[in-house]
Amino acid sequence: MEAVHDHSHDHHVPTGIMRYVTTTNHKDIGSLYLWFSFMMFLVGGVMALVIRAELFQPGLQVVQPEFFNQMTTLHGLVMVFGAIMPAFVGFANWQIPMMIGAPDMAFPRMNNWSFWLLPPAGMLLLGSLLAPGGAGGVGWTMYAPLTIQQGMGMDMMIFAIHILGMSSIMGSINIITTILNMRAPGMTMMKMPLFVWTWLITAYLLVASMPVLAGAVTMTLTDRHFGTHFFNAAGGGDPVLYQHIFWFFGHPEVYIIAIPAFGVISEVIPTFSRKPLFGYPSMVYATGSIAILSFLVWAHHMYTVGMPVEAQLYYMFATMLIAIPTGVKVFNWVATMWKGSMSFETPMLFAQGFLFLFTIGGFTGLVLAVTPIDIQLHDTYYVVAHFHYVMVAGALFAAFAGVYYWLPKWIGKMYDEKLGKIHFWLSLTFFNITFFVQHFLGLAGMPRRIPDYALQFADWNMVSSIGAFGFGLSQVFFLYILLKAIRSGEKAPEKPWDGATTLEWTHLPTPAPYHSFETPPDLRN
Amino acid sequence: MKTSELNSQNNYMLRKLIVVALIMFAFGYALVPLYKKICEVTGVYDLIKPDEIVNTQVDESRTVVMEFDANTRSDIGWQLAPVDIRMDVHPGELVHATFRLTNPTTSSFDAQAIPSYGPQHAAQYVKKLECFCFTQQTINAGETREFSVVFVIDPSLPSDVGTVTLSYTMFEIEGTKTLGNQAVTDEFYEAKS
Repeated sequence: MEAVHDHSHDHHVPTGIMRYVTTTNHKDIGSLYLWFSFMMFLVGGVMALVIRAELFQPGLQVVQPEFFNQMTTLHGLVMVFGAIMPAFVGFANWQIPMMIGAPDMAFPRMNNWSFWLLPPAGMLLLGSLLAPGGAGGVGWTMYAPLTIQQGMGMDMMIFAIHILGMSSIMGSINIITTILNMRAPGMTMMKMPLFVWTWLITAYLLVASMPVLAGAVTMTLTDRHFGTHFFNAAGGGDPVLYQHIFWFFGHPEVYIIAIPAFGVISEVIPTFSRKPLFGYPSMVYATGSIAILSFLVWAHHMYTVGMPVEAQLYYMFATMLIAIPTGVKVFNWVATMWKGSMSFETPMLFAQGFLFLFTIGGFTGLVLAVTPIDIQLHDTYYVVAHFHYVMVAGALFAAFAGVYYWLPKWIGKMYDEKLGKIHFWLSLTFFNITFFVQHFLGLAGMPRRIPDYALQFADWNMVSSIGAFGFGLSQVFFLYILLKAIRSGEKAPEKPWDGATTLEWTHLPTPAPYHSFETPPDLRN
Repeated sequence: MKTSELNSQNNYMLRKLIVVALIMFAFGYALVPLYKKICEVTGVYDLIKPDEIVNTQVDESRTVVMEFDANTRSDIGWQLAPVDIRMDVHPGELVHATFRLTNPTTSSFDAQAIPSYGPQHAAQYVKKLECFCFTQQTINAGETREFSVVFVIDPSLPSDVGTVTLSYTMFEIEGTKTLGNQAVTDEFYEAKS
């Protein structure tokens, strides 16, 4: 996504690859984040297809069980830390300065560093496949004591997590400081676009939770090599302790992925309904409540470890409580569309897809919150279906909505609307073919992360695998749409979406100039 | 706002947020002692204390199958096995069970046995008066010893539980390994063969 260079500047600007290595411009860095995450998305997607190819039929056909385990592990880590999180940081970099009338991020050099930590981390993560014994085959949650028994690929994964964590924390510090200190005069907190609000809350979640994960993997590392016994029962440690520390990070992480997606949807739906967002203050408070609650419910991921029944009751009810602010958000999105003058361009289609499918994912989450049901469904494909509904149909569809929505602003060219719509319908169809049937498999008792399965699961697995390959190809098609728009897209009008009201559409030309808002707009009246 | 003023404000914010990140890193580590304390206070770790028996009424009308199981961590090379694999007991009855531990290696250890139960919730109904798992045991190289556990099945054991499994896992206490006499071990193997 080329940012156009229409300002002549006295200082020297490197060209070619050095422009991107040395850049401190939020738009360049945003593009880097987005391209990096898209590449990782394709890599993680290939891993998913290895998994689905093996599960196409019962028995072992394609890969060995050890490699299958490495694929499930890396697919999770690559998608969460390499694809979804950097994608939304890319959106933040591009959009936050433009949406609040700031010239750039607060710490442009740190911003450069935050991004350039990602490629080495990605290489460590993927390079672990080449280590003796392969990558860690422990699942993305990296539960002890299995992590103790892995080869050096596990250490590479741990270091990758450390680096990714540092990158996220620095990125978040940058975002918080930018939002709190660099808003244009008159842009009060309660006038900020909701995308900015959701990122402010997400950044706080990241600063508070990523260090805890860093601690958990550091403890794993010292358990492996330096004779500590945090999680080793033989030395007085406790493997269940790892799960507590991990999920203390892991549950907020779920919302780190979901909340920026809420932000994108909260920009797209009002634009294409040509109405202001319904219940803006309640949206802000709902997002804040979700963030606070996310730190208080972590043990619902571990109902089966043998917690006292009082603890199970607490975690069950606290988890169900999250449905209230989430319900407020869904209600407000629907109310925004109510009697709006709606049109269904590609961003809006993906927003609708998000709304339907994320809500289904939310409901299955509510089912899983119920302790006795969860004990039955723990580690089955029902859980896999649930979190792919919230992470693929939730976060990923929101990211697609955001790309289609802001692409004209970024590159000054339109994507092909017809192809965009085809991409949406293909994604929606194949997503449901892949994941809806996994609910049935889970309810029937098929365990996750196992390369083989009993014969009665064969039919739905075959359907799911066909859907997965279709979904994967649809995303290659998305790459084609992007490249076509960049190379030969029609010139975008100044304001392609007549319902858009945020600063980047109302106060900046299309495409956005390389340097924007060097003098902040005055928004007092 | 002047640039220098904004910069100093930004730097102040940067320092604050770095402190937050460091505190949260420390918090991750603080969870370790905190978790131990919570487990202690809530009684999750009460594995190594004798239970108090309130009702000693023997319920002759009911028979519960007690199954015994034992294992050691595979890497330390001992054998722990129950002398009787199963017993029929009446709730309320005083039961003696014996486990035999062999240390065929050339070194001695301190070790700790940790019980577990199947079904899990049967744990609260197996009232142990005396158990080798209450203390750490020292096992010399080449030695075989018998350990006993004395317990009562609480008569309030739910009626749908017909079989209770009591399983012990023997853990080596780190740092207590001392090399033993090779001759003793050789003797042990000769005696065995």
